[in-house]
Amino acid sequence: MNKLNILDFERSIAELDANLAKLHEIVLDRSNPQNSPDLPAQIAGLEKHRTAVLESIFAHLTPWDKVLLARHEKRPYTLDYVSAIFEDFQELHGDRAYADDGAIVSGLARLNGQPVAIIGQQKGRDLKSRQLRNFGYARPEGYRKAVRVMKLAARFGVPVITFIDTPGAAADVSADERGISEAIARSMYEMSQLEVPVISVIIGEGGSGGALGIGVANRVLMLEHSIYSVIAPEGCAAILWRDPERKAEAAAALGLTAPRALELSIIDQIIPEPLGGAHRDWAAAADLVSSALKLQLAELGHLSGTALVEDRWQRFRNIGVFEEIVPSEELVGEAYG
Amino acid sequence: MPQEGWFRRKSLFGHSPAGSQASPVPEGVATKCARCSQILFTKDFEKNLKVCPHCGFHHKVSAEERIQYTVEPNSFVPLFDDLRSLDPLNFPEYQAKLKKGIAATGLQDGFRVGTAVIERVPVVLGVTEFTLFMGGSMGAVAGEKIVRAMDVAIERRLPVVFFTVSGGARMQEGLLSLMQMAKTSAAAARLAHEKLPFIVVMTDPTIGGVLASYASLGDILIAEPEAKMGLAGSRVAAQASNQKAPEGYQSAEWQLEHGHIDQVVARKDLPSTIATLLSLLNCRQLEGVTNE
Repeated sequence: MNKLNILDFERSIAELDANLAKLHEIVLDRSNPQNSPDLPAQIAGLEKHRTAVLESIFAHLTPWDKVLLARHEKRPYTLDYVSAIFEDFQELHGDRAYADDGAIVSGLARLNGQPVAIIGQQKGRDLKSRQLRNFGYARPEGYRKAVRVMKLAARFGVPVITFIDTPGAAADVSADERGISEAIARSMYEMSQLEVPVISVIIGEGGSGGALGIGVANRVLMLEHSIYSVIAPEGCAAILWRDPERKAEAAAALGLTAPRALELSIIDQIIPEPLGGAHRDWAAAADLVSSALKLQLAELGHLSGTALVEDRWQRFRNIGVFEEIVPSEELVGEAYG
Repeated sequence: MPQEGWFRRKSLFGHSPAGSQASPVPEGVATKCARCSQILFTKDFEKNLKVCPHCGFHHKVSAEERIQYTVEPNSFVPLFDDLRSLDPLNFPEYQAKLKKGIAATGLQDGFRVGTAVIERVPVVLGVTEFTLFMGGSMGAVAGEKIVRAMDVAIERRLPVVFFTVSGGARMQEGLLSLMQMAKTSAAAARLAHEKLPFIVVMTDPTIGGVLASYASLGDILIAEPEAKMGLAGSRVAAQASNQKAPEGYQSAEWQLEHGHIDQVVARKDLPSTIATLLSLLNCRQLEGVTNE
């Protein structure tokens, strides 16, 4: 991991890692004068200390720390999970109308032998792949491709799994020209009607409508250090205080962490991440996602097509906190005093 | 007295950029068009449904005025007016903003639904208060009212007509308001399944989470002249695309040209257009009751 990828709160870990790496080198080099018989014990002690430091750092992450982790560029992306979890992945391209959006990938694959359809938002890691993926900002043709593949899956009784990871939908001029708002709305509309199990996993950034556009599922799961928000903290701070730099405060106010989302019944399950975050151990992260998916799929497998549609409807229909006052009660202007 | 009125108007509008929130205050003898700056008699201006007789600019109207301009007199029967927002996130300044909106309108929320008659066609109607109630933002109350209104439509076999004007999802309710996008989109799918027509009339502005959910899911989409519609505001969008916004970007006319809406209809023609469309879709018309 190069220095650019180390978050502030991870710095002490990075130092320990560097020291450990040095000691590991020495222990293998018999000609090194620093090599001594008690070195392995030293290393073991240091590793224990490292784990303790990681644990204490990750036990006290602020919502803003979570935002940084969710956006971490070494975090596994959709295609990393796809190659680690599924077999026989066949990517399906294009919306049949305009283009193939690189920010949303889709296809068919097997999970534990069972066919599934996969829709996922994809980010890039270097300049070229970032451009190909439009920096994760999904475009209208991405949502239309998603709808096409989801409807194909539903027709053949194949469950749908979506991976959410986007800063938000593309909101530039060309996206408006091709109807990005309608594309998101239609995707939610169609998802609500699929007569197959639908599971969504938020693996990184769940950015507003762009995320929800592929998130109308029977079960919504969230990785421990991912985020889900109605607006980016920077945007929220800009609107609220005219100061994007107050993003950490905004992140705290928005309730965008997995535990908060679970409390509000926005999500159904938190998938734990390996200690120190998914970016430190892709294989372990993929294993955890894989077992969660298998469990949820097995549960939903018992429901009929119409029961699945009804289950999804009730799930979203019941989200919302408000009160119903008696019409005669004249509390106007006093209720919040 | 009249002179005093003149003065007040002038100084008020002196600070307001054209096309912004310069919605003329009803009291006062004269009103200045927010676009062409013509001084108009308020009485004439209001009789003209707050459309400038000189340049045709459609000024923002309140939820109450929208009902007045659209339905047969006294036909609006409000529903679920007693739903009120809570502040589940304890979000900065939210309670004060709610309180302000409630005090300014006497309503618990800016989004209103009810049953009404539009030129002899009974409908379920939805309107939004933009200026006085948190920019018409959609929180849990708006989402709930939309779903319940659609349930009423299904129960009574009525078409649904929603007028939209909104800055988007209500940030102050966090994910709870984001989820209203999914809730209302799924409700629109249920309505379509019941074979009941759904007409959306978009007015200035219809932005963000409202446009990207139920507003775009009408069977027929209409917009008032020059109304702006976009996922983000036009300034943000132009920034995101590293280009100057094209002429008329996000306006009703631009949306029509790009195939995203069915018609651009002047305010005075909306009731007859809506009634005609609904009757062409085989909606029931009341007999013999006309107010013309």
